[in-house]
Amino acid sequence: MPITEAEVFEKVKETLVEALGVDDDEITPEATLTGDLGAESIDFLDIVFRLEKAFDIKIPRGELFPDNIVNNPEFVQDGKLSEKGLSQLKERMPHADVSEFEQDPDINKMAELFKVQTIVNYVVNKVNHS
Amino acid sequence: MRWIWIDRFVEFVPARRAAAIKNVSLAEEHLHDHWEDYPVMPASLMIEGMAQTAGILVGQARDFKEKVILAKITRAEFDDIVVPGDQLIYQVEIENLTAEAASVRGSVLRNGQEIGRISLMFSHIDQNLAGAKFPEENFVFTGQFERLVAPFLEGRDA
Repeated sequence: MPITEAEVFEKVKETLVEALGVDDDEITPEATLTGDLGAESIDFLDIVFRLEKAFDIKIPRGELFPDNIVNNPEFVQDGKLSEKGLSQLKERMPHADVSEFEQDPDINKMAELFKVQTIVNYVVNKVNHS
Repeated sequence: MRWIWIDRFVEFVPARRAAAIKNVSLAEEHLHDHWEDYPVMPASLMIEGMAQTAGILVGQARDFKEKVILAKITRAEFDDIVVPGDQLIYQVEIENLTAEAASVRGSVLRNGQEIGRISLMFSHIDQNLAGAKFPEENFVFTGQFERLVAPFLEGRDA
């Protein structure tokens, strides 16, 4: 039986409470991991480890949180993602809502793509289509 | 001299789990300042002892080739204090080990009774930090750390 989005959200919430030491009422779908929940780089790995365990899935490096887009000069122009970079981002992160970001694809704002809902979308797709 | 906060390994199962002893002694200078009237083993040094026990376990799992750095204290809870004359055992097991990092979970035993729980994360720094460069030599694992675990690895391929 497929797992529902609400069930995934509850488990993601538990995961983030444990990994980041935040209160569960801080975990809303729109909360950003770095800005609102204070996640640092090592926390992203911690979150990946915990999601793998909680949902019994394997998350290849760079799949949930792509890490080599902004480092690639081909995808960045004047501090913003180029057309090519944006299309790469959409291809690599179908689980993120990029509609707001693409209006002004400043690479400093890329962290805002990593929201609680981004993780939920990724897990729902992974669990129900693998 | 090196900052070593474990005395001896008593168990070492490569890439899985380890346990190390720390005997707390009034000969340790810091206990006279923490505190003069009532010496207590600082919790921060128990976290360090656990990090060394776990860090050596994580490092050995990759033949000490990675620079293993404590990156996160996920959890550290203590139910009681530790005083001179107590014997601590840091028991730890690896939960996750990947190319770039490891997570571990451990217990602190005081004279055989569990009095604390510590979860940590380690980073293999050459695999992280977006290409930042570190010295070639492995400054984390030097002779003293490796000697601690050597008795458990005798007879194995180097």
